[in-house]
Amino acid sequence: MHLSDEEKAMYDGRDGPAVQKAMDLLVRYGEALGAERLVETRNVCASITSTTPFQRDFALAKGGGMDAVFSEFSLDSQETVEIPKFKVFTSHLQLGFDPGQPERMGVSEEIVRFYEKSERHAAGLGAQIMNTCTPYQVGNIPTRGEHCAWMESSAVVYCNSVLGARTNTEGRESTGAAMLTGRIPYWGYHLDQNRHATHVVELDIEVESVQDWGLLGYYIGEHVQERVPVVHSRRGISRVPNLPRLKHFGAAASSSGGVEMYHIAGVTPEALTLEQALGGRAPAQVLRYGEAERRATYEKINTTGKDGEVQYVMLGCPHYTIEQIWEAAQLIEGRKVHPDCELWIFTPRAIKALADRNGYTKIIEDAGGIIMGDSCSAMSRAVPKGTKTVALDSAKQAHYLPAILGVQAWFGSTAECIDAACTGRWNGGYA
Amino acid sequence: MNAAVITEQQTLVIRGRKVVGGVAEGEALVTRDRISGWGGIDPRTGTVIETRHELRGQSFAGKVLVFPGAKGSSGWSAMFHMTRLMNSAPAAFLFNEMTTKMALGAVVTHAPAMTDFERDPLECIETGDWVRVDADSGVVEITKKKQEGAA
Repeated sequence: MHLSDEEKAMYDGRDGPAVQKAMDLLVRYGEALGAERLVETRNVCASITSTTPFQRDFALAKGGGMDAVFSEFSLDSQETVEIPKFKVFTSHLQLGFDPGQPERMGVSEEIVRFYEKSERHAAGLGAQIMNTCTPYQVGNIPTRGEHCAWMESSAVVYCNSVLGARTNTEGRESTGAAMLTGRIPYWGYHLDQNRHATHVVELDIEVESVQDWGLLGYYIGEHVQERVPVVHSRRGISRVPNLPRLKHFGAAASSSGGVEMYHIAGVTPEALTLEQALGGRAPAQVLRYGEAERRATYEKINTTGKDGEVQYVMLGCPHYTIEQIWEAAQLIEGRKVHPDCELWIFTPRAIKALADRNGYTKIIEDAGGIIMGDSCSAMSRAVPKGTKTVALDSAKQAHYLPAILGVQAWFGSTAECIDAACTGRWNGGYA
Repeated sequence: MNAAVITEQQTLVIRGRKVVGGVAEGEALVTRDRISGWGGIDPRTGTVIETRHELRGQSFAGKVLVFPGAKGSSGWSAMFHMTRLMNSAPAAFLFNEMTTKMALGAVVTHAPAMTDFERDPLECIETGDWVRVDADSGVVEITKKKQEGAA
């Protein structure tokens, strides 16, 4: 792999052993990919902190230092190196629990203390403790064409598709190396030719609500897997999808399949037209999405839903926007969460602060619901005790929770979910 | 007496590109399903846990894992990284589809890994075959397991 003079200097140790280890990993990773060179990045989104007993024991065995954990888990360096301040803007992604809710999440105080130590370490190095799967909601909105090094599939697909920035799905170790060097392999979605659409999805029906966009995303992911779809409507997309719709759409497509980049003709930045999205090439396949496909997708996501009683309603996958919290607050105002059910809503802490100030937190809490941060049920494997059946307004969460926890899942609209929370029953249905 | 008894073991060689260098050998574990890292494997035992996965309940620890490639969450590399620390990593990776998850995962697992084969390893390797992977030379040597009932 070709290295610039600056990169060679880092690789040769000019900036100390941690940067040298980071460059060593990037070279091994880039060569594994078959990348010809690295590209500069000033925008990293990563999982950095430690939340597991294994990492705690690992740190203890190495003398208790967080540098040992960063060396192994974020740089693949078996030698403990002193970690310097990060070179570039680095946003922390979601965690395995909400450290503010240890009892609800079934986490011991001791693990929370270990996490807090690692959070202080990461923040001290320059990590922005956003703790969300939606960094683009709370201060990290890359520019079109900006080269990024992001983890988290729902954030990666949003970054590439909606913002027109460029990232592959990175991992903990490659983002660790990127923070210290400002480099990532120039491969995959960093290159123009890999960003064009390979599949056309022709809409035969209107796609409008947040739920509609999740259904469409889930359908597309199943059919195109990790390829690049372009959504097209002959009549044109009459109502341009907003942030909650595209957040849900991309998360669904990257769960049922591995979509990391999509286009919506006339809407997303690299698809002013269908032709531009395709880059002058013929599509490998043209799919049609109509009423039959929509219904079949709905039934597929609801495969596990059987029981009428619902013990848990989870909203906020990906993390809710303030607009979605506003909507939930309006739907629940004046009602009460059923005594046999719980309502947890996940959002970035920065958005929670806004919800507190707007009075939405009080409305939701007065009704018996709670707003949590930093995590979600799939990440934390935490649900209220005795949960057999959950209600969700996220196709992604409905995809993962039954597999991870063995629970039944109902997928529907936000209004149906709030109704389930207040009645303890699933009254939703295909509409 | 069976006149068709095969006395010599059948061996086969295929060539590919090095992803991670090194030499390793072991029994093959073959699947046509892509593998998920986070939510797909238990790194304590190297067992596939994904519901409806062909290998569900089977461990790849110490085996030569032959599969199409990686899928799922960006936690792929972190989970396979854990298998190395917990001594449940595969002996080697042979796969067809290059992705960032797969490349990084193989790199941090430190197991020899190869791709871009002249012949599809899913076509010529079966679970139980003995496989020697020399990633540095780009050579995979397959000794077919004895056919049951052949002797």
